[in-house]
Amino acid sequence: MILAYKLLVADKGKYTALLVGTTFSVFLMVQMTSSFAGILTKASSTVINIGASIWVMDPAAPNGILSNVPMPDYVLDAVRSITGVKYAVPLYSGAALVKLHDGTYQPVTVIGLDDTSLVGRPKMLEGNINDIFAENGFVVVKDEEYHKLENPQIGTEFELNDYRGVIVGIATVSTGALFGTPTLYTTYYRAIHYIPSMRFTISYILVEPKAASYVPYIKQQVAQLGYLALTNTEYQNAISSYLKYKTGIGTNTLLMTVIAFIVGLSISGQTFYTFIIENLEHFGALKAMGAKGRELVYVIIFQAGFTALAGYGLGVGLSTLIIAGAQFRLPEYASRVTYTNLGMAFLMVLIIAGVSGYAGVRRVLKIEPFDIFRG
Amino acid sequence: MPGAAIVADKLSKWFGQGEAKTYAVKEVSFAANWGEMLYIVGPSGSGKTTLLSMISGILRPNSGSAKVDNRDLWSLSDDELADFRLNTIGFVFQDYHLFSRLTTAENVAIPLVLQKRSWDEALRESARYLDVVGLADKANLPPTKLSGGEQQRVAIARAIVHQPEILVFDEPTASLDGETGRKIVSFVKTEILTAKRCILIVTHDSRIFEYSNRIMEMEDGRVTGFQQGQAV
Repeated sequence: MILAYKLLVADKGKYTALLVGTTFSVFLMVQMTSSFAGILTKASSTVINIGASIWVMDPAAPNGILSNVPMPDYVLDAVRSITGVKYAVPLYSGAALVKLHDGTYQPVTVIGLDDTSLVGRPKMLEGNINDIFAENGFVVVKDEEYHKLENPQIGTEFELNDYRGVIVGIATVSTGALFGTPTLYTTYYRAIHYIPSMRFTISYILVEPKAASYVPYIKQQVAQLGYLALTNTEYQNAISSYLKYKTGIGTNTLLMTVIAFIVGLSISGQTFYTFIIENLEHFGALKAMGAKGRELVYVIIFQAGFTALAGYGLGVGLSTLIIAGAQFRLPEYASRVTYTNLGMAFLMVLIIAGVSGYAGVRRVLKIEPFDIFRG
Repeated sequence: MPGAAIVADKLSKWFGQGEAKTYAVKEVSFAANWGEMLYIVGPSGSGKTTLLSMISGILRPNSGSAKVDNRDLWSLSDDELADFRLNTIGFVFQDYHLFSRLTTAENVAIPLVLQKRSWDEALRESARYLDVVGLADKANLPPTKLSGGEQQRVAIARAIVHQPEILVFDEPTASLDGETGRKIVSFVKTEILTAKRCILIVTHDSRIFEYSNRIMEMEDGRVTGFQQGQAV
């Protein structure tokens, strides 16, 4: 294999072209799929951050990211009475406008937590979560959108729908929101009181089952009420599916990923094939000297595999570097490198290596040492 | 090592079928002995290289047999033939076929690497044989930095590094000037040829005939005669 490696890297120009092609392809693939993964994660931010086991919602808005259909209070009572429900609490999620000190308005997402339990409360950075019960108390999330509220501190006052609001705590959440709006937490009662709403006010009912085995039964009972119950994972998947299949985002990402794959295959495949053709007489000489056909196949597989792996590493590194750099400058940049993305890019790069190698193997196996011998 | 090194019996090779059938080599029989440097000479297209290919396990004949060290070559499988070439034959190609991107030492080490010897060991042996051909100081240069004669010597070092019993040279002096060509062949005769080795040289360069033990003449795919070489 040292010989295969030497033959591969000795031609620095060709090897660089091979690496650049594969790296560029992997970079594009990882970049595109990571952006998509970032969007998916941010779209599910409320679900992730609240972290309830089961979400009950009106099935009219199953995607839950663009809107939710408020539910009447009796649904909450009905859910609480289902066997296997440990507890069920209401959650408000809505949008409002905050008037800033400079006179401009900033849209915010307001999360109203159940007044008695504060289920779904964020992790506090400053202040005490119990202060949320104070008059006009709001907890602001210190995420990438925080600065849009003029970096409020504890005690900062603001105006929300002509109501006075006071920051009583600063919190953090694991995932920022997709639509670039700051998030404020308050109590459920205050949220529905401050923000104009429809006749019904419960955005979601958060359910904790007594045991995981009750989940199917609870879902069935909720369905009989005419509502939809999804586990945390199911809800995130539903949001992902909505974005993938009911918006153009999934198609665009898929298209760009396929284009990246084709670009990579074209550049790397063509370069590798040219590399093999230019070295054909060397392979023929090796064959004449006693190398077996399968040994030459191993050489080509090693060379294609080595290039693919090196390109993969460089491509992933480059993507990660650029994503990290972009997020450093633009914190709201939605991009997330996941194991699935890496696995998909790895699979594609293996296909590129396989196709490139196959073309080379066919040529090398066909060459006759006699052709080399007679010049 | 008793007996003949190589015995060819009615070896024939043709290309094409029917009316297009053309004989490259037709029923050639000959024997080459251990310790002998046998030249195969003749005009272009006389079948010299085709014959050399058939007795070195590169080209399968259409009929006839070739025995090398009492082994019937063409009864061997493809893998066995590859092993035979790797362990028994040393090739010096007309165009050398040196790997321009590898160093001279790495080029010489290739047969040992193919024999699954370790890279370091192969390079050590390679250095020893580069010394034999007088190129120890050129070990780390690429072949492209060497003169034609030096490249030829690198090719010879590569052909002998794994100590094969049979050496085949195809037009070894074709791209060398007369003086260099004579030096190379003289070197092969005095330093490489041993009683346990047989060397076949295909050439039509009469300037090097003086170093042969025997000369086999070919024309139109047939052997037309033998001459005792001047070195006898």
